[in-house]
Amino acid sequence: MKQNKLIAAIKGLLGAALLVGMASTAQAADPVKVGFVYVSPVGDAGWTYQHDLGRKALEEKFGDKIKVKFVDGVPEGAEAERVIRELAADGSKMVFATSFGFMNPTLKVAKAFPDVAFNHATGYKTADNVGIYNARFYEGRYLAGMIAGGMTKTNILGDVAAFPIPEVIQGINAYTRGALAVNPNIKMKVVWVNSWFDPGREREAAVALMDQGADVITHHTDSTAVVAAAEEKGKYAVAYNSDMSKYGAKAQLTAVTHHWEKFYTDEVQKVLDGNWKPGNVWGGIKEGMVSLAKISDDVPADLKAKVEQATKDIAEGKLHPFAGPVLDQDGAEKVPAGKNMDDEALAKMDFYVKGVEGKLPK
Amino acid sequence: MSLHLEPRLQPSKVMAYLSPVIAISLTLFVGVLLFTALGKSPAAAFHAFFIKPIDNWYGFGELLIKASPLALIALGLSVGFRANIWNIGAEGQLIVGAIAAGGVALALHETAAWWVLPLMFIAGALGGMLWAAIPAWLRTRFNANEILVSLMLVYVANLLLSWLIHGPWRDPDGYGFPQSLVFSDAAMLPILLAGTRTHAGVLITLVALVVAYVFFRWSLMAFKMNVTGLAPRAAAYAGFNQKRMIWIGLLTGGTAAGLAGTSEIAGPIGQLLIPVSPGYGFSAIIVAFVGRLNPIGIFLASLLMALLYLGGEAGQMQLSLPSSVSSVFQGLLLFFLLATDVLINYRLRWS
Amino acid sequence: MGLDAIVLILVATVAASVPLILAALGELVVEKSGVLNLGVEGMMAVGAIVAFAVAVETQQLSLAALAGALAGALMSLIFAFITLTLMANQVATGLALTLFGTGLSAFLGLKYTSVALDGAKAMTIPILSDIPVLGKLLFSYNGFVYFAVLVFLAISWFLYRSRAGLVLRAIGESPSSAHALGASVIKVRYLAVLFGGAMAGLAGAYLSTAYTPLWAEGMIAGRGWIALALVVFATWRPARVLIGALLFGGVTIAQFHVQGIGIEIPAQFLSMLPYLATILVLVVISRDAGLIRLNAPASLGQPFHKQGH
Repeated sequence: MKQNKLIAAIKGLLGAALLVGMASTAQAADPVKVGFVYVSPVGDAGWTYQHDLGRKALEEKFGDKIKVKFVDGVPEGAEAERVIRELAADGSKMVFATSFGFMNPTLKVAKAFPDVAFNHATGYKTADNVGIYNARFYEGRYLAGMIAGGMTKTNILGDVAAFPIPEVIQGINAYTRGALAVNPNIKMKVVWVNSWFDPGREREAAVALMDQGADVITHHTDSTAVVAAAEEKGKYAVAYNSDMSKYGAKAQLTAVTHHWEKFYTDEVQKVLDGNWKPGNVWGGIKEGMVSLAKISDDVPADLKAKVEQATKDIAEGKLHPFAGPVLDQDGAEKVPAGKNMDDEALAKMDFYVKGVEGKLPK
Repeated sequence: MSLHLEPRLQPSKVMAYLSPVIAISLTLFVGVLLFTALGKSPAAAFHAFFIKPIDNWYGFGELLIKASPLALIALGLSVGFRANIWNIGAEGQLIVGAIAAGGVALALHETAAWWVLPLMFIAGALGGMLWAAIPAWLRTRFNANEILVSLMLVYVANLLLSWLIHGPWRDPDGYGFPQSLVFSDAAMLPILLAGTRTHAGVLITLVALVVAYVFFRWSLMAFKMNVTGLAPRAAAYAGFNQKRMIWIGLLTGGTAAGLAGTSEIAGPIGQLLIPVSPGYGFSAIIVAFVGRLNPIGIFLASLLMALLYLGGEAGQMQLSLPSSVSSVFQGLLLFFLLATDVLINYRLRWS
Repeated sequence: MGLDAIVLILVATVAASVPLILAALGELVVEKSGVLNLGVEGMMAVGAIVAFAVAVETQQLSLAALAGALAGALMSLIFAFITLTLMANQVATGLALTLFGTGLSAFLGLKYTSVALDGAKAMTIPILSDIPVLGKLLFSYNGFVYFAVLVFLAISWFLYRSRAGLVLRAIGESPSSAHALGASVIKVRYLAVLFGGAMAGLAGAYLSTAYTPLWAEGMIAGRGWIALALVVFATWRPARVLIGALLFGGVTIAQFHVQGIGIEIPAQFLSMLPYLATILVLVVISRDAGLIRLNAPASLGQPFHKQGH
């Protein structure tokens, strides 16, 4: 322990000497620099945590060949551009901006650094050196919905949601459709907390849903509070972003988890090989960007089998969570039978499907 | 309590200059302990915090655009603070200024005329002023405490902006994400220093610095406000119009905050979104006090505050210091600066 | 909506209002002594992480609550020293305290974001907890809730029925007169600020070890500021703090229950309500000079030094 500290101190001093004195002295084979910009602290579960797992996978795979830097807790707005730019100016060959609000800053910086490759998560604008990537979270939602629909006794499902934007609405609708596929009697209740992260409010919303009879709840917010609340009240929960079984060993039926590891390692490999081109990736179950965490032992085998079959079907393109007919709450047809909802319509989704209760806030 | 303060007959000129030096030394000393405890070399940490952010042209520009809103708002607030008028809602006034200016930019999105930008600044100033007029009116009319009213209105302003960008002002082609359209070029401030983000909004702050200096130095109103702040009873006896001071104090702060908000959205941001400010309105209060409500002091304090923000990021990038270390560091420096100012008017005695 | 549903909403309301009650009662005592500490949010954050860490390390929840209160008090000691002994501006120092506290809590909490905690459980009281409706409504909470009630009773008694409380209020009204009458202004204000810090720390401890229960950076999420608003909303009266906190908490909970039944008001406007209500109350009590004198401490936010200027 003591020795470690001593070594760390010596390393630090050496580092300072290097910085002050001989900053320009070249080292053997310079590692390729990669930068990450996170919108929130890394923590141990949630959106940023999953991206950080991707960063760690990079370090593991490429070792000394790359040098990865990240800045967390970067607010969307005026600050983001500076951080992204500093990572680029620092010599990064590739920069990952991992929140929607970084879109315009990333594009601005990309213009000034044409030789740096940028990747922006969940946005919709690209450029010569800016690629975008996102995951079809709704595919995982559909599968989780099947489990929730099969496990509910009260036939009431609950969802604690952040803001009414298409990504969240896709999740609510896909989950509802998945549940209806195994249990035509379910009703889906949604409570909006108008915050991505406020454990207290998330818990309050979860309790409100359970008090209204929901016995399986899920969330599209960033903390573990909803799963913890379900555990406390002896109800079931479907976690989001990360596996949260640690916070609800009994409660968690499964979790819809995000996986950026493969995408990140592929992209960096391309940079190393010198053949990177900006892409527009929207991957789902098939690409492994979305998957379900271990399904709880409480889930009966036949339901598990159904879910596994559906997983296979989605991966093979046989099953689409928004395969027609898709009816909205009032019964109006949004997608006719025999067709799947196209990506454009998915990305702009602004209605509840049949089975969701209440009105969508506008 | 063994520490004992003894008033000086006259404020110490030496201490006026020395106390910030003492404060910075104390912070650096604690910093050495902190960084050593974290297993980082203090030298490298200080280099990352104070030198790395501004060792290049772009970084220098960042320092300016970060210091600019802090200084502008702090100058506006200092007018009221001198007369004991506590507007702590500048953050809300900044947001409403940004909303008003952003509304103009969005309404004139198709208009590529030179007057769009001036109109935005007028709207922004009026927006900030309006938001500050609420506590001013409630204070002068109903005697309601302006600290609390202006603070409450920060939250109302933030929610108002949230509603606008989630609802009526949301970019119709933005896939439902809560942001406005990106402003047209006519609604954007020109870049002042090539190769940086330093925009013409910095000029407003410079003008405000000069105006504030002249105002504090030579205007009768400023003198009256100073007297009111230092000796309220004497001011009342002299028959100074208290209500007028409240209006001037609050509206100046609101106007400055509104202008700062406009500069942010017409400068580095270029659209309406949340957040339009990383808490400039609150930090400016600290800047105002650390700068001792004096234009030159505020100028220096705003640069220091801006550097600490940039340093936090550099510390993360260079040394993987956790981002929270920079707020701890900022808090410490502010405590020391606020604490050592006592030495100007008092002598320390141990008894 | 049946009786059971209403009881459930009320129980949730009580649980949501506890951190507000604790922090606001503490700040009330501080403000009654004439000091304005805007650092509540920061003190709550530090209380939350310290309590959480102690809970994880020792599994002793009452020890954790105590540690949270102590941490909050230590934070407030910084404020007290700078504003009371060194006479720096209270507004600026309070804001700096929030900045420092939020940063410090995040820093201390780096190791604890990964940890799951079995939080404080409801205490069931034999017989009483089994009474239908009332048992659920009154006797289904964890220790913090009952403690908050005790604190409320103690503060009400202290402020209006004890000699020390009278001195405290006198100091808040006119420190120079109180000093002339032999009261130790600075000492009393120190104690008041420390008490306020301890209560804020305890409120943070409730959030991290009983309510959510988890630790995450930013988890206080503005509750410290609401507590400040609440003190004004309550016109510096303990009983009204209690009612106000239940009202504030109730608005949130009720909002979750009525969402989706077709109310067309955007959520943002509902969330504005507590702040607008606070302004309204402030206006109503302030317009009558007599009324404000009865309630608001006259010397709020002003520094005091024996020798004067």
